[in-house]
Amino acid sequence: MHDERLDVESLHLWRGDRHVLRGVCFSLASGECLQVTGPNGSGKTSLLRTVCGLMYPEAGRVLWEGRDVRSDLRTFHCALVYLGHEPPLKADLSARENLRYWIGVRHRFGAAALEDALERVGASPWCERLVRTLSAGQRRRVALAGLALSMVPLWLLDEPTTNLDTEGQQLVGSLIGEQLSRGGMVLAAVHHELPASLRELRRLELAA
Amino acid sequence: MSGYGSPATGVVVPAAPMPAQATVWAGSHQAPLLDAARLALARDLQLAFRKRGQLVQPLAFFAMVTMLFPLAISPELARLREIAPGVLWAGALLASLLALEFLFRDDAYDGTLEQYALSGQSLTWLIFAKTVAHWLLTGLPLALMAPLAALSLGVSEAAVPGIVASVAVGSVALSLIGSIGAALTLGIKRSGALLSLLTLPLSLPVLIFGARATQLAITGGPLRAPLELLAALAVLGVTLAPLAAAAAVRISLE
Repeated sequence: MHDERLDVESLHLWRGDRHVLRGVCFSLASGECLQVTGPNGSGKTSLLRTVCGLMYPEAGRVLWEGRDVRSDLRTFHCALVYLGHEPPLKADLSARENLRYWIGVRHRFGAAALEDALERVGASPWCERLVRTLSAGQRRRVALAGLALSMVPLWLLDEPTTNLDTEGQQLVGSLIGEQLSRGGMVLAAVHHELPASLRELRRLELAA
Repeated sequence: MSGYGSPATGVVVPAAPMPAQATVWAGSHQAPLLDAARLALARDLQLAFRKRGQLVQPLAFFAMVTMLFPLAISPELARLREIAPGVLWAGALLASLLALEFLFRDDAYDGTLEQYALSGQSLTWLIFAKTVAHWLLTGLPLALMAPLAALSLGVSEAAVPGIVASVAVGSVALSLIGSIGAALTLGIKRSGALLSLLTLPLSLPVLIFGARATQLAITGGPLRAPLELLAALAVLGVTLAPLAAAAAVRISLE
């Protein structure tokens, strides 16, 4: 069960005439967290999107459990959840409905698990409200509930602490901590450092 | 790559209160494809009923177009009956084009398509589910409104079943053809004009056979042949359009 592992081998990505990723290499084993830092425009988001297979790199490979993910993207996608900088929520659905559809498309979960996840991020009091009436921080919390609900080994997080208050940022830290302690992996693009109390916190710095 | 982060300072991570089954990854609970597609369908239907304005717009357009003709041309029934197939089908085609713009647009903006592409489910099926929802929300209502429009154009009641059938089947083909165009124009701002330009030529066979079926229904002729051709177009659309649309969506996400 703990043999999941992500290897990224010299990724090169061009966007137009910009060489965004210049030979990025790293590997991530069970229970490890890698935070990707770097100035704006240094390719943090591009790296995450390339790793999860949304963008095609010009050179280099992404290996999941030793196999090139391009040979079986479906299996790889079942093992990961990607959270972009905007929470993937529908403004005209309530927080709870959003989670039911968003995560439900991926995998089965019980009603209790859904309530637990909402409780965990402090969303229970307002989970019936339409997302359009929620603040940016509350939307971020709903996205975090989706993270807590999707039991997958690999989390790819783009600025997970954006718009969150201090308590919310600690929540991100503890969610990541739980994910690592059950043998998961986290790859996070961050501006603000993740809580340093996390074990196995490594850093990958992208140059501008 | 640099080394490890600094050791614990201050922030306390609470001991993970994880239920026992939590250590099992969800891979074993992967939602069956049909459940996922049904959820995608249900989500679109629920959203459409929350945003009724968007739902009503193409239908109101269809009603207005078909009802303006008798006012503008003449109240002479024989004449209206003659132009009825053309009016009905041009109206239906334009109304369905109008609705197409919304098919993927919101989902592209809010990251839903991205999540579908990364869901581990077949994107083709999820796109197909979206297209089915789109047909249920535009094609089917258009087919149900067609008799009203036809009656206002002086068509006799005997022609109503044939007209409903032709619009219902033809609009399936229109939704599917349109899904390709809508997916291809995803990355483009103000894509409306380009979308029409792409979709209209492909939709012309549907317009021609649909109008022919309607005409035969009105004159009481055998409308089986054009209906079957419409059905063939719809089946061709069901088999190929979701594949093409899913590929286009994937490209737009890059």
